[in-house]
Amino acid sequence: MDDLLREFLTETAESLESLDVELVRLEQDPNDPALLSNIFRLVHTIKGTCGFLGLPRLEAVAHAGENVLGRFRDGALHVTPEAVSLILESLDTIKSILATLEQTEAEPEGDDSDLIARLNKMAEGGARPAAAAPAPRPAAKAEPAPVAPPAAEPAPKAPLIERVGGVSAVDAAVDLLFRKLLKDAELGPMFDETDLTLLQGRQVEILVSLVGGQKSGAAGELAALYSPAVERGFSDAHFDRLLGYLKESLATLEVPADAADDMLATAGTLRDVVLNKGAHGAPPKAKKARTADEAKSADAEDGKDAQKKESSVASQSVRVGVDLLENLMTMVSELVLSRNQLLQMVRKYEDSEFSAPLQRLSLITTDLQEGVMKTRMQPIGNAWSKLPRIVRDLSHELGKKIDLDMRGAETELDRQVLEMIKDPLTHMVRNSADHGVELPDERVRAGKPETGRILLNAYHEGGHIIIEIADDGRGINIDKVRAKAIASGLASESELAEMSDKQIMQFVFRAGFSTAEKVTNVSGRGVGMDVVRTNIEKIGGHVEMKSEPGRGSTFVVKIPLTLAIVSALIVASGGERFAIPQIGVDELVRVTHGSEHRIETINDTRVLRLRNRLLPLVALDEMLKLRGAGDEKPADDSADKHAGREDETCIVVARVGTSSFGIIVDQVFESEEIVVKPVTHVLRGIAIFSGNTILGDGSVIMILDPNGVAAAIGESIVADGHMSEDAQVHGESGALGERTTLLVFRAGGAEPLAVPLALVARLEEVDVAKIEEANGQPVVQYRGQLMPLVSVGAGFERAREGRQQVIVFSDGDRSMGLMVNEIVDIVEDRLKVELNSKHTGVIGTAVVAGRATEVIDAAHYLEQAFGDWFRQAGRSGRARADGRKRRQSNRILLVDDSPFFRNLLTPLLSVAGYEVTAVEGAERALELRESGQAFDAIISDIEMPGMDGFDLARTIRESGAWKDTPLLALSAYSSPDDLDRGREVGFTDYIAKLDRDALLQSLSQTLSSHRGAA
Amino acid sequence: MTTEPVTDATEESREFVTIYVGNQLCGIPVLKVRDVLGPQKITRVPLAPPEVAGLLNLRGRIVTAIDLRRRLGLDARPAEDKGMSVVVEQHGELYSLMVDSVGEVLNLPAAAFERNPATLDPLWRRFSEGVYRLDAGLLVVLNGDSLLDYGAKAAA
Repeated sequence: MDDLLREFLTETAESLESLDVELVRLEQDPNDPALLSNIFRLVHTIKGTCGFLGLPRLEAVAHAGENVLGRFRDGALHVTPEAVSLILESLDTIKSILATLEQTEAEPEGDDSDLIARLNKMAEGGARPAAAAPAPRPAAKAEPAPVAPPAAEPAPKAPLIERVGGVSAVDAAVDLLFRKLLKDAELGPMFDETDLTLLQGRQVEILVSLVGGQKSGAAGELAALYSPAVERGFSDAHFDRLLGYLKESLATLEVPADAADDMLATAGTLRDVVLNKGAHGAPPKAKKARTADEAKSADAEDGKDAQKKESSVASQSVRVGVDLLENLMTMVSELVLSRNQLLQMVRKYEDSEFSAPLQRLSLITTDLQEGVMKTRMQPIGNAWSKLPRIVRDLSHELGKKIDLDMRGAETELDRQVLEMIKDPLTHMVRNSADHGVELPDERVRAGKPETGRILLNAYHEGGHIIIEIADDGRGINIDKVRAKAIASGLASESELAEMSDKQIMQFVFRAGFSTAEKVTNVSGRGVGMDVVRTNIEKIGGHVEMKSEPGRGSTFVVKIPLTLAIVSALIVASGGERFAIPQIGVDELVRVTHGSEHRIETINDTRVLRLRNRLLPLVALDEMLKLRGAGDEKPADDSADKHAGREDETCIVVARVGTSSFGIIVDQVFESEEIVVKPVTHVLRGIAIFSGNTILGDGSVIMILDPNGVAAAIGESIVADGHMSEDAQVHGESGALGERTTLLVFRAGGAEPLAVPLALVARLEEVDVAKIEEANGQPVVQYRGQLMPLVSVGAGFERAREGRQQVIVFSDGDRSMGLMVNEIVDIVEDRLKVELNSKHTGVIGTAVVAGRATEVIDAAHYLEQAFGDWFRQAGRSGRARADGRKRRQSNRILLVDDSPFFRNLLTPLLSVAGYEVTAVEGAERALELRESGQAFDAIISDIEMPGMDGFDLARTIRESGAWKDTPLLALSAYSSPDDLDRGREVGFTDYIAKLDRDALLQSLSQTLSSHRGAA
Repeated sequence: MTTEPVTDATEESREFVTIYVGNQLCGIPVLKVRDVLGPQKITRVPLAPPEVAGLLNLRGRIVTAIDLRRRLGLDARPAEDKGMSVVVEQHGELYSLMVDSVGEVLNLPAAAFERNPATLDPLWRRFSEGVYRLDAGLLVVLNGDSLLDYGAKAAA
């Protein structure tokens, strides 16, 4: 593409952007003359350049637009929204033509006559400009011609010179003119010093050429000849009189009227020359009859002013190609690297003559770096430039009134960053306009002003730029979000019940999420906010949202000021070095044998215990598969590799958004300023790397992207517990305020396991010699019975000799022994299961006495034991039926939404001799009622999603088969009010959760009294 | 060395830098070649496609090293053979094509050029623009675009 075209495209694009903003402002402030003339000038320039470059389509459209704008400027046409829309439409057409032009270097085929006709119609709708020019000038050439193409000359006439009567006529006319001139009392003396013969001669010459349709080169001379007179005061008024005399002369010579008029007009064009006003008075070619001369001189004026303005602005700024800047930036980066290299080398020598000059060089380099960085800085207003138009169009489209308030537009940020946030910002503004701001009458009803406001506010804060996008609309509807989350399967009701409003709002950032009822072409496609967040996080920033229903929403975007040179932590893993951007690193943790932070392992999953959180861990060398197949490291070593060794393990705690995790590395070096270079497209798909760089020693290393690492972790390591926003959302809703006692032991591994002590009958040691096999199941004679021995997990190895430790769970004279390696402790702790585990036999993990401990599912093992037991029915002991008869076996229905509690209470109750059926909710319980099941007692949790315990009680008590069944309430909350309420709805008794004794006691009491009563 | 444009198919002859990959003689259009390098210190890139040997630093620019043997589906070079590299530029990025050896620049006549034989291995067909019949054997013209085209391939 040739330079001319390229420049044209660049400049015109800028102008068009500017025009968008200005036109929107004009709509709000229709009578601002500066605005009007600026807009007119911009379009006029575009038109002119198009004409010059031979771009007819563009020129035609621009011209039509210019006409309308001209009418605005003259005050002949009012600035109405329709008019502005029409102009904007024409600008859009121009933009699209330009786009094709850029691609193909030629205008696209197309017909704009419809648009042009509409523009012209609009222009004509305004009053025609006065035929006479405002400037006091007789017989100005009236050629209003508001038609698009330059008006061609009306019906071809004979050349003027002929019509006038030839050269002689002109000569005679001038002669007469001058005689009158000299006779004029005022004018005469002005020409005292003038050589009139010469002047007259020149005048005739010039007039003849002009009249003959040619430009005269003698204009300068004429000016010179008139100058003495001008100095004596010859001015406009006098020139008019001169023309008047000419008119008379022509009349005397009987020159036909129209010819005379034309001639006068021609003579009139010499005004500026004669009056020594500079060279602008060049006469127009007779062929191209222009629009009213007034426009021309106004142009001239504007042109002059604009030129002056431009040159003063131009002198302060220089246009530089982006490539050049990039080049500069790269070179400075190289310089920084070389400087780093030198510094590293010189560091080795304490006192070198190089030190001082190198220091200087270093300072200068830093300054240079900062300076060049500044060239990359652009005001954020550039990203906002399209927004006024977008908001304007949106508000028209949606029928709303929206005011866009942009503050801090001059806040500067890196060009690259600017590019990347342009779209996200636009999206958020659109969202506010579409979803946030209500319709005018809605707003009025809510007591708000009719016009909604979207506020954009940008400012610097500590190495970051903060951008707020706030609207005073209706805010985020939490219920809608909740409903949508459930409908999209993103969360269950019970999970949502645990979340705070703030957490629920975060769902807005999930992929595919949109609570818009319908998809407008504005927003609502549901692809928006997650992409926004991703894009912002890609550049190392993050976005948060605050919202108040009815009052409005605010998005706060925080992004680092620059991308190119970042501070990074250099680490080593698997023999390779990597860089981690400092901004993503929260802290560095060194875990040694005795440190307060510890690495725990759960089912081969490593977690870091950091103060009072559990952080998922990932070993960098594993994630990057750096230890290749040829490594001598055996597989099962890996679990212990980083945990529990004497050596220290280095962990980099990184944060992505609100979740943190730890990266295990071999070694941590220092921090370095590195130049981020994008990875080659070949490697762009590897999410873990965000770039690469060259270190001071010349080696190339990869830069890790914490986002990518987090994504990789999410899939592989933590199977269920998703690392999202708030740790409280995790796992079971079995959060208690209550403390419970756990028996902690080890079986089949180094990790501790736990079981609620409430379930344990006894701790025993069994002589291994006494252990027998029955149906593949180890058993031992115990208190006159055969007790099945169960082991936890596959890795468990029974003691070969001596004694085997066993945890005994009992049920009357039935017992089950859980074989363990070691009883560690009995601990009283709050029971809160943090991670779910899919492994059978394990409920989950809890932090017990500061350690991550798996809580085993006792019920599972009991089932295992008793199942086996009953398979060998007949060998010894009683059949089940007998056993049942020995006690009044009561059937208990346990209703609790928490699997943990069901698992806990079921064995507890079974061990006490009850037959337990456990269901996860009131609905299910009622189903059982419908299906005809009957129970001797029902124990129900109170806090359950859906129908809670109180409602269940009420329902049961109302009618139906269970009307009289004893109902026991279990709850963590037992205030007097709760107790009252419980009694009110029909609970027989109200017991605190996990008070084993109270529960059992109450049960037996209730049952016996019930039985008694019945 | 002449500077005639290389792209015009009706040109009389074209110039190539010859390289050996495996036992195959190949050619890369001379104007595409920026540098010829000896063995370099390469940084491995974890999780990269297997043909990507790694990255190296060439006068301050990061160059992606591609093992041509791997790319063309051949066995790996024996460890003792250090090999050489030919640096080309593609879409503004630099690539170092690791080959067994680099030969001289040959000026080959259009008459000796043939389209890919129909029986050519599909992998080679993808990367080859055609073949020249030489006295010493056949020279496969490597197509830089397809060699370095990883398109939307997700790595690892």
